[in-house]
Amino acid sequence: MAEVLVYVDHVDGAVRKPTLELLTLARRVGEPVAVALGNGAGDTAAALAEHGAARVLTDDAAEYGDYLVVPKVDALQAAVAAVSPAAVLVPSSTEGKEIAARLALRLGSGVITDAVDLEAGEAGPVATQSVFAASYTTKSRVSKGTPVITVKPNSAAVEAAPAAGSVEALSVTFSDGATGTKVTSRTARESTGRPELTEAAIVVSGGRGVNGAENFSLIENLADSLGAAVGASRAAVDAGWYPHSNQVGQTGKSVSPQLYIANGISGAIQHRAGMQTSKTIVAVNKDAEAPIFDLVDYGVVGDLFEVVPQLTEEIKARKG
Amino acid sequence: MSLRIVVTVKYVPDATGDRHFAEDLTVDRDDVDGLLSELDEYAVEQALQIAENADDAEVTVLTVGPEDAKDALRKALSMGADKGIHVEDDDLHGTDAIGTSLVLAKAVEKAGYDLVVSGMASTDGTMGVVPALVAERLGVPQVTLLSEVSVEDGVVTGRRDGDTASEQLQASLPAVVSVTDQSGEARYPSFKGIMAAKKKPVESWDLSDLGIEAEEVGLEGAYTVVESAAERPARTAGTIVKDEGEGGKQLAAFLAERKFI
Repeated sequence: MAEVLVYVDHVDGAVRKPTLELLTLARRVGEPVAVALGNGAGDTAAALAEHGAARVLTDDAAEYGDYLVVPKVDALQAAVAAVSPAAVLVPSSTEGKEIAARLALRLGSGVITDAVDLEAGEAGPVATQSVFAASYTTKSRVSKGTPVITVKPNSAAVEAAPAAGSVEALSVTFSDGATGTKVTSRTARESTGRPELTEAAIVVSGGRGVNGAENFSLIENLADSLGAAVGASRAAVDAGWYPHSNQVGQTGKSVSPQLYIANGISGAIQHRAGMQTSKTIVAVNKDAEAPIFDLVDYGVVGDLFEVVPQLTEEIKARKG
Repeated sequence: MSLRIVVTVKYVPDATGDRHFAEDLTVDRDDVDGLLSELDEYAVEQALQIAENADDAEVTVLTVGPEDAKDALRKALSMGADKGIHVEDDDLHGTDAIGTSLVLAKAVEKAGYDLVVSGMASTDGTMGVVPALVAERLGVPQVTLLSEVSVEDGVVTGRRDGDTASEQLQASLPAVVSVTDQSGEARYPSFKGIMAAKKKPVESWDLSDLGIEAEEVGLEGAYTVVESAAERPARTAGTIVKDEGEGGKQLAAFLAERKFI
């Protein structure tokens, strides 16, 4: 069976969930071969093998952490040369998309970004994308070269599928440009203890209606009762009530959770662009005319300061 | 020595309009009004600030697109850019990201540059890969997705906020930079700026000016094929209740029924 390269997104050896999802999709189009780079690369092997990686190619050179993007492109190019895969799959993070695009250019291939599903087709993998603020669904494929495709988080279920996961050292020769952009310092994002926004199965968001940074604890309490991530609309972020890293929308993060709960969010097109592919959408807003209600599976027209605490209490009570 | 800054901008369909595909599955640009991509306004702003902090700098704004794309250039010129370059050619219709990066890289080289500044992504395609592709083609460092940027003594530095960490980056010029919407509010064109923009030079180039063959771009040159595009069915109307004191409990019941609790 043809091999499919899967680029591994990990933090010091801890594999991030979108990569495990990619392994599920990769098995639909071939046999997954994972490529793990940088500090802790070898530590990823057990998790990758458990989820279907037949082989794990690793290289832990310091260049991957010390310089931006290009060393990783060099490594993937080396892996493509070594494996001759049927496709290369990369998680759709901002960095993942840059890596994928540069790799595709070098390979003389096309690149598809932000796929939400992937299936085998007669002429190669077919990627489903959601475009124009999720008002259209397209199916596309790469028509030249080795398909390079980035896939959004939550596009597939994580499935255990034990495979050999044999670890092999990947031999990489860095290009002249590899050391062009130096990373002079790195500050890890402070953990909130909540799931990462783009990976979370449930996202609870607050907008203009939350009316102040101090009131966001209401949103956080609801999120915590559900084990959810916290999101914010651009209005709430621009007002300084919540960090930009939590912004959902066109200029923030695009999320596609099982459940999205919008609180005090009107639902401007820019926000909808970032959440419209959520499986179930719920909203609480006192304005019955808010456009968000056009999208919802369930909506409550009411004051979020009344509804949200009651909802949180009821969830806690039901969970016992 | 003068610092030559080229800002790449895109003329995009207005996101608040109803966007559609044309029969050839390219974006239907006749159907909806266009404008300068909002995310590119941040690039123009940062380029102007970098220029203002340099001894001697020139800001050129570059766009690739149909006749109407000149509107995007005019907006950037009215904000304060010095001159414009418009790459227009019928053969460009249907060009994908890989092809766009070819046109931009050739045009940037022809214009002459020390620094290329782009927005983080277009508001229509939203791929966010063109700056990285242009850097790859030009063989210069990419310093992308910056929420803060500055240039001093031929070195660009900036902050990149990723999913798991925030990084400080540094590269020597020439380089390609892209900036996020966190980099700083874009200025409004003044009346004076709008009047001045009318007199600023805009050059028009076609593919032959850039030494690009028609088959390298357009639908024919694209590396990807859209096989189908279907309008997403409108969501069926959900249940909307008015809170009469039990709204939170009713919502909890709905979530329990859907097995979220």
